[in-house]
Amino acid sequence: MNLETIPDKHSLPDAGGHFGPYGGCYVPETLMTCLKELEEAYTKAKKDPEFNQELQRELKEYAGRPTGLYYARNMSEQLGGARIYLKREDLLHTGAHKINNVLGQVLLAKRLGKQRIIAETGAGQHGVATATVCAKFGLDCVIYMGAVDMERQSLNVFRMRLCGAEVIGVETGQKTLKDAVNEAMRDWVSSSRNTHYILGSALGAHPFPMIVRDMHRVIGAEIREQMQALAGRNPDEIVACVGGGSNAIGAFWEFLDHPEVRLVGVEAGGEGIEPGRHAARFEGGKMGVFQGCRTYILQNFDGQIDPTHSVSAGLDYAAIGPEHAFYRDQGRIDYAYATDSDALEGFKMLCRTEGILPALESSHAIAYALKRAPQMRKDQILVINLSGRGDKDVQQVQRVLDKMGETPA
Amino acid sequence: MSRIQKTFQKARDEGRARFVAYICAGDPDYETSLEVARALIESGTEVLELGVPFSDPLADGLTNQLAADRALKAGMTQEMVFQLVRDIRKFSEIPIVFYTYYNLVYFHGVENYVKRAKEAGVDGLLTLDLPPEEADDLLQACTKHDLETVFIIAPTTPAERIRRIAGVTTGFLYYVSREGVTGERADLAADLEERIAGIRAETDVPLVVGFGVSRPEHVAAINAYADGVVVGSALVNCIKRNLDQRDEILPELRAKMKDLCSGFDLKK
Ligand SMILES: Cc1ncc(COP(=O)(O)O)c(C=O)c1O
Repeated sequence: MNLETIPDKHSLPDAGGHFGPYGGCYVPETLMTCLKELEEAYTKAKKDPEFNQELQRELKEYAGRPTGLYYARNMSEQLGGARIYLKREDLLHTGAHKINNVLGQVLLAKRLGKQRIIAETGAGQHGVATATVCAKFGLDCVIYMGAVDMERQSLNVFRMRLCGAEVIGVETGQKTLKDAVNEAMRDWVSSSRNTHYILGSALGAHPFPMIVRDMHRVIGAEIREQMQALAGRNPDEIVACVGGGSNAIGAFWEFLDHPEVRLVGVEAGGEGIEPGRHAARFEGGKMGVFQGCRTYILQNFDGQIDPTHSVSAGLDYAAIGPEHAFYRDQGRIDYAYATDSDALEGFKMLCRTEGILPALESSHAIAYALKRAPQMRKDQILVINLSGRGDKDVQQVQRVLDKMGETPA
Repeated sequence: MSRIQKTFQKARDEGRARFVAYICAGDPDYETSLEVARALIESGTEVLELGVPFSDPLADGLTNQLAADRALKAGMTQEMVFQLVRDIRKFSEIPIVFYTYYNLVYFHGVENYVKRAKEAGVDGLLTLDLPPEEADDLLQACTKHDLETVFIIAPTTPAERIRRIAGVTTGFLYYVSREGVTGERADLAADLEERIAGIRAETDVPLVVGFGVSRPEHVAAINAYADGVVVGSALVNCIKRNLDQRDEILPELRAKMKDLCSGFDLKK
C-alpha cells in the first residue's frame, strides 16, 4: 500500500458515483430521475444543520448512540494475543448497525415528501430497523424478503409485522437477498413518485453506496474517539464482516487515511470456496455489473449470477459494495473469509467467554479474530465491529448445532 | 440504409406503426423458440426483440422473469442466443434487436460482444440497465461495428434528458408507456398522447411504444402516434399457458398475433 497514490477519501465517489472503476449508476431509465432527485436532496440535507441536528438527536435518543467500545478481557486472555475490543453496534435499538442508515434515510424521505417506504432485507435486521423507524414516523412500510430467509429468520418477520409493516415473501430466483433486491427495485420502478427505497447496505446504484456509507461513518468516528480516551491512540487493526459492506465501511472510513491501522473485511466462506456454496466475492468473483453498480460479483461462465450460500442470511449475497472493491485494489483494506463452521465457532466462543450473543454475520468477524489475535502482540489492539446481536439467530444456531450433535447440555 | 432505418422509414411512408414482438430467446427451449420466432414473423411481426435470458432481470415483471428462467433451465447460453439469430437469419431479414442486461454484455468484453452480435445478424442492442451516462464503452463499440443502439424513455424522463438519450440513439427509442416493469395490462396509460407529443417535440428518432400492450385497442391507440408498437408479455403468456401441450403454442400465438394486428385497422 502506498498512501501517496490513494485518492483523498473525501473525493470519492465522483459526481457519477464512481470509486475508480467501480460503482456508478446502472439502472433502468425509469429510476434515473428519482435517483438524481435523491442525490440532490441528500447533498442539500448534508449541509443543512437542521437535518444533522435531527439525525444526531434520533441516533442518540431513539437508537442509543454512542455505542460502547468494550474490552473483551476473557476472550483476549483466552486467545493470548492482542487486546480485543468490541464495538457494540449490537446494543443499538433493533439489534444491529442497520438503524443508523435507516434513520438517516427516513429523514431524507420526509424531506422528499414520500409517505411510503420500501426495503429489502436478508437477515431481517435492515427490515426490522426500517419497519421500526416507519412506525415511529408514521410511514407506510413494505419489506421484501426472500422466502428462504423468511424461514430462517422468522422471528424478524414477526417483529416487522408487529411494527405494522407488510412483509412480502419473494418466491423467484434463489429466494434470498438478491431476489428481494430485484423485487424491491421492481416495486420502486412503478412507485417512485410517492415511495422511497431504503437500500440496506453500501450497495446498488449511486447515490446509495455513498449515502449508506455516510450514515454509518459514525461507527468509526466513535471508535477513534473512544480508543483515544481508552488508550491514547488508534487501534492496530479493525475487523468487520462484509455482506454488502455497510458496517465495515462505516467502521473503516475514519481510518482509511491512518495507515498504521490495518483494516480487514471478512466475507462469508459458506461451505468452502466452491461455486454456489459461498458468498466470498473476492475469492470466487469477477468484475461485473449487478443491481445498479459495477463491482465484484459471483457469476458463472456466461455472466449469469451464481447462487450463493452462507449460514448467515445477511452475508448471503452475490455482490460486494463498490467502495470495498476499490480499496481492495488500492491495498488499503484486506479481505479474508470465514466458513459457516468458523462462524459458529466464533458465535459459541463469544457466548461462553463474554456472555454476548453475536449475530451470525458478526460471528464471521469474530472467527477471524480467533485466528488473528494470537498472532498479535499483547500490547496490540484489535477492534471487532460487532455489527449485530444474535437473538434472531438462536433458532437457526440451535438447528445447526443439533445437526452437528453439539447442542449444549 | 440499415434494416432498422428502412423499417421505420416504411412506417412513416405508409403511416402505420410497425409490429415489434418480444420473446425470450430459448423459451421454453431452443427449438421451440426458433419455431416461435418463425410463427411470429409469418404472422405479422416486423421487428423482433429477442430477450437474452438473465438470472436477475430486475426491469421485468413475472411473465418475463419466468420466461428467462425456463430458457436458462433449458440450457440456453449466450452462444446459443447468437446461434438462434443465425438460424432466424436463414429465413428472415426483419430487424432483430437484443433486449438484455449489461452484465451479460460486459462479461464477454463489450467490444467482443458487439462484434459477435453484429456477425450473428443482430441489428440493435437495448441494454435495460445501462443509462447513457455509463454507456461510453458500448457506444464506441457499436459505432465501430455498426450495431445500432436502442434506449428507453420513461414517463419520468424530463425533456433535457430525452434530448440526451436521443443523442446517443442510432436505432430507435422505446417509450415505456408506464412506470413499472413489463407485463400485460388492461389499459394503457391515460396520458400517452401527450407524452408522445412531448418526446416528438424533442427528437425525430423513430419511436416505439410498449409495456403492457395486450389488446387490439392498445395497438390501435399506439398506431395513431408512434412508429412501432411493442408486444411482449401477451405473447410470452401464449407460451407459458401451453407448456404442458406444446403443440398448442404456435396456433395460439398465431391467433393472438391476428387479434393484435387487427388493431391496425381499428380507428383510434
Ligand atoms: C448484524 C448484521 N451484520 C452485518 C450484515 C451485513 O451487511 P453489511 O455488510 O452491509 O454490514 C447484516 C445484514 O443483514 C446484519 O444484519
